[in-house]
Amino acid sequence: MSHTDELYLGKTSYQVLGKRPVRHDGADKVTGKAVYAADVQLPNMAHGKIVRSPHAHARIKSIDVSEAVKIPGVFAVVTAADFPNLESRSEVMGEGGSVNLAHMAANCLAMGKVLYKGHPVAAVAAANVHLAEEAAAKIKVEYEVLPSVTWVLDAMKDDAPLLHEDLRTDSMGKKGDRPTNVALHLQFEKGNIAEGFQQADIVVEREFRTASVHQGYIEPHATVALWNEDNRLKIWASTQGAFNCRQQVAQLLQIPVSQCLVVPCEIGGGFGGKIAVYLEPVAALLSRKCGRPVKLVMQRNEVFEATGPTPGSFLRVKLGATKHGKLTAGEAWLAYDCGAFPGGVIAPGCMCVFSCYELPNARVDGFDVLDNKPKTQAYRAPGATQAAFACEQVIDELAEALGIDPLEFRLKNAASEGTRRVDGPVYPRVGLVECLHAAKNSDHWKSPLSGANRGRGIAAGFWFNIGLASSCSGSVHGDGIVTLVEGSTDIGGTRTSIAMQLAETLGIGAADVLPQVGDTDSVGFTFLTGGSRTTFATGLAAYKLGLDLQAQMQERAATIWECEPAAVEVKNGVYSRNGQSLTFKELAGKISELGLDPVVGRASVSPEGSTNAFGVHIADVEVDPETGKVTVLRYTAIQDAGKAVHPSYVEGQMQGGAVQGIGWALNEEYFFDRKDQMRNASFLDYRMPTCLDVPMIETIIVEVPNPSHPFGVRGVGETPIVAPPATIANAIHKATGVRMTVLPISPPALWKALSEKS
Amino acid sequence: MSKKVHVTTSVNHEPVEFLCEPRQSLLEVLRDTLRLTGAKEGCNNGNCGACTVIFSGVPVNSCLVLAVEAEGATVETVEGLADHGHLHPIQKCFLEGAALQCGVCTPGFLVAAKALLDHNPDPTEHDIRFGLANNLCRCTGYDKIVKAVQAAARELQSLAK
Amino acid sequence: MSNFDYAAPTSLAQATALLEGAHGTARVLAGGTDLIVQLREHLRDADLVVNIKKIPELMELSYGSQLGLRLGASVPCYRIYEHAEILVAYPALADAARIVGGWQIQSRASVGGNLCNSSPAADTIPALIALGAQCVIAGPQGLREVPAESFCTAPGRNVLHKGEILATIVFAPPVPFSGSAYERFIPRNEMDIAVAGAGSWVKLSADGTTIEQARIGLAAVAPTPLFAAEASQWLAGKSATDKTFERAGEFARKAASPISDMRGTAEFRRHLAGVLTRRTLAKAVERARG
Repeated sequence: MSHTDELYLGKTSYQVLGKRPVRHDGADKVTGKAVYAADVQLPNMAHGKIVRSPHAHARIKSIDVSEAVKIPGVFAVVTAADFPNLESRSEVMGEGGSVNLAHMAANCLAMGKVLYKGHPVAAVAAANVHLAEEAAAKIKVEYEVLPSVTWVLDAMKDDAPLLHEDLRTDSMGKKGDRPTNVALHLQFEKGNIAEGFQQADIVVEREFRTASVHQGYIEPHATVALWNEDNRLKIWASTQGAFNCRQQVAQLLQIPVSQCLVVPCEIGGGFGGKIAVYLEPVAALLSRKCGRPVKLVMQRNEVFEATGPTPGSFLRVKLGATKHGKLTAGEAWLAYDCGAFPGGVIAPGCMCVFSCYELPNARVDGFDVLDNKPKTQAYRAPGATQAAFACEQVIDELAEALGIDPLEFRLKNAASEGTRRVDGPVYPRVGLVECLHAAKNSDHWKSPLSGANRGRGIAAGFWFNIGLASSCSGSVHGDGIVTLVEGSTDIGGTRTSIAMQLAETLGIGAADVLPQVGDTDSVGFTFLTGGSRTTFATGLAAYKLGLDLQAQMQERAATIWECEPAAVEVKNGVYSRNGQSLTFKELAGKISELGLDPVVGRASVSPEGSTNAFGVHIADVEVDPETGKVTVLRYTAIQDAGKAVHPSYVEGQMQGGAVQGIGWALNEEYFFDRKDQMRNASFLDYRMPTCLDVPMIETIIVEVPNPSHPFGVRGVGETPIVAPPATIANAIHKATGVRMTVLPISPPALWKALSEKS
Repeated sequence: MSKKVHVTTSVNHEPVEFLCEPRQSLLEVLRDTLRLTGAKEGCNNGNCGACTVIFSGVPVNSCLVLAVEAEGATVETVEGLADHGHLHPIQKCFLEGAALQCGVCTPGFLVAAKALLDHNPDPTEHDIRFGLANNLCRCTGYDKIVKAVQAAARELQSLAK
Repeated sequence: MSNFDYAAPTSLAQATALLEGAHGTARVLAGGTDLIVQLREHLRDADLVVNIKKIPELMELSYGSQLGLRLGASVPCYRIYEHAEILVAYPALADAARIVGGWQIQSRASVGGNLCNSSPAADTIPALIALGAQCVIAGPQGLREVPAESFCTAPGRNVLHKGEILATIVFAPPVPFSGSAYERFIPRNEMDIAVAGAGSWVKLSADGTTIEQARIGLAAVAPTPLFAAEASQWLAGKSATDKTFERAGEFARKAASPISDMRGTAEFRRHLAGVLTRRTLAKAVERARG
């Protein structure tokens, strides 16, 4: 692992960072040329379709494919039997927790049991997608339907239907002895909560519930797999990590990683939901069976029913404070469902619940609980939004009960450098206090809000962000342009922010770096795009690449000027010695002209630790008491970015996360019927905000440099989704006096609460 | 059951012919037969607008138009927005305003926004939001998209002078 | 989607002949925004799909202050709310046409199609009911007329027999001192199916103080769109005040027999029927007063 402490260079002004160049892939994206996985077309390509369980929980008695294979134009059919025999092995999956391979394979094609409606059971490849659909309909599966459960607390009961007979609770390292749906019990403790609550003058304890919600990326999962005649498997994927995808596919198919090449196509959104593979191994199996490339694309209902929503949850949060508003103790009990297989996101939820506050005594208990829903995955700061929904409302209640302004209350207790989180880590330099001050000084906070049924809410949010491995390589061309190959799939414009960091390091312009995202053959191992790591870690790799290229350029100049490389000075991209000087571009031209060794560089990093990003959101809402409808009148997102490399894209992350959070707060939920089947698996009834549903999202970027990055960069992608539901709920409380503790705060729910109050 | 139908139409101001089954949507034929993959399939039921094209002068969800209905109609896709290598002001404003992140909803928004501005060259913010309500974006929160459309409106108006 | 045959007749006679003579199921394709989804999701099936948009009468939109409005069954919604005179003469119809899905949907979807899809939550039908629209049906035997409130018979079902096709929706010419409005409740601001909807039409006295006649149509609170007869009759002769509108809302709540589903509870829908009736009456009166 590379050493990353104290890398911050302390620059006060930048040549490239902080500017807003047009993104390098822009022309392709606005002309329809950018190639997403579903756009890939290959000669002889077959189209696949997946057969899925209509039941939430059932034993598979038999699968009869005989009618399907008879149809002309049907090339292959696969089931779980086509997977190799997989022992239980664990695979780390970014922030989605870990999962064992047998479970992962069974999630791609069910083994023995189906555990949620939509669980894949078989797959067919045919000449076109309509034929594949017809063939899929002819595959007959016999089920023995079993009782099912979709609410986390029900799944924890002793008499709950059990998903896996062999599952035992792992309770802080000890394995339980009874069959259960509770996969994991975590506990974190700090200080002595009994004493802490004794010291409190006021204690507030509340219970909260949240429904499952989906990341909602507009591009459904899609892949093309080609098992080639040389036995090499090539996969075009819509994935957040080509290497991550390769690793999973190789493990599931039991082939060496290098036998698999993953080409990351342009990706139409991920937010954590395109880390686990669903289609790729199945497409690969079909391709191997029929000797053609196979394209598999999900329909929207399949995305909802059979990919990875975030947990539904139950939370109980208790906080105590002195009459002067100082927090003394906190206790949280969190039950998050993880769907059909263990390995959910309860741990980050527990880590984040009290993460914004200096809390001397605290205890957090968390439970990872199986139920008959698709296996949960990361959704942008996984687990933190649910936790903040609970904690930030209790904070608000304490402040109100004590007659202290909610912003001041947070300032009094804000986490800062040296604060120790309940799960152990001590914060280095962080920017929550600065964000709170920025909120206090914001136009939004200072503007009066008047009118009936209107209220203003504020909430804080935290996400720790990760580092981990990134690689890149680059070449200097004769015209002074540097081509950069990096390994981070670009979901939101990161290839530009990484190119900008290379340009900054070399003292050249952003337009003089041409970035591309490499496939798994052409760039070094790079961990996935997620965890808010890309601009930070791959940017760090780009910085180191810049140093490598610069050193080589110095060497070439030394050759030209017949001196030692150390005698060549470099400043702002100009190389000089004894009154002679060459710009980067001029030197590159000379290297080419004189036939010197081409300048080719590389770097790889694996920074440890978190970049710790805090945010504070403010919302003004208006409630229609006759209908329970909430209109968001004004919204401001404030966040510490460390150093905003490309401010437009930092703002974009803040705005996008805020609107996802608004949807989560007001309308989004998985609606299950009495048979535990999802009824609203479509954009019609899974209601994400349209542009008519939200106002402009004002943004304030705070910059408290991250000590572990040369330019002070912190990850920014996830923090924006943490605070919004709590912010909206706090605003609704101010507007109506009602405290909504269940998500979503949909109109019938709010109307009911208001009617009961009056 | 049915044989393929021969369809004659116009796509981006050029005459085009294709064969298709009646059950194939216009979106499917644009993407798979004509290889114009700019229009995207996000939901296949008219709720996300990623497949928006301009069909005989009005913006439609091409997933809800049968390809056979294109007979005698005109179709404009995102591939037809730029003019001989020059980006349309809407495309420019989206790029300059960073109004896209993953880019998958962008073709639909560009086509819908062009239709909007052709129809109403001086829209209010509400007009823009109402006109684009059928286009979902999950990445941007819409803020920069609305601002890009406002910028494009201003630029188109000044070009018209 | 399962395969089907396709035809695009250019006359009503051709269309009815195709529908009547079809082997298997024949479905009419107007805007396609319901049918194509249903075929794709196997909620409805079709052996033959008949595109009616090439039949001139069905695409006709003609208005005259003496003749009233003749709305062809497959005229897309956007042509309705872009028509300056319809905005003034039949505002409830324009209100409804403007909110059927988003713009891309309104470019194709038609009021006739909305009616024939016969969803209890259809947005345009309460406006048709309130405005007293008549549905002209063409069939092998000729033409017949059915009032809008009798067209739908059950969720997804209507009075059309095999071989019949809805040709035109006819609206009487607007009378002086009349106004109308349609409003629905949805959780977002656009793109949702109505949780509840109400369309109101009033004719006021010349001095604008009294409601001489009223008609109220309701969506999504019964197995079909509803004509709230009791509320409508009660309003005749009452003064046009908030208190009256409130009371009419109570009648509307009584008329409603909603279900609970993922879009709303019965209790919430019943409540909304009252709220929306009151609001649309107030708006209709305001428009009637000019």
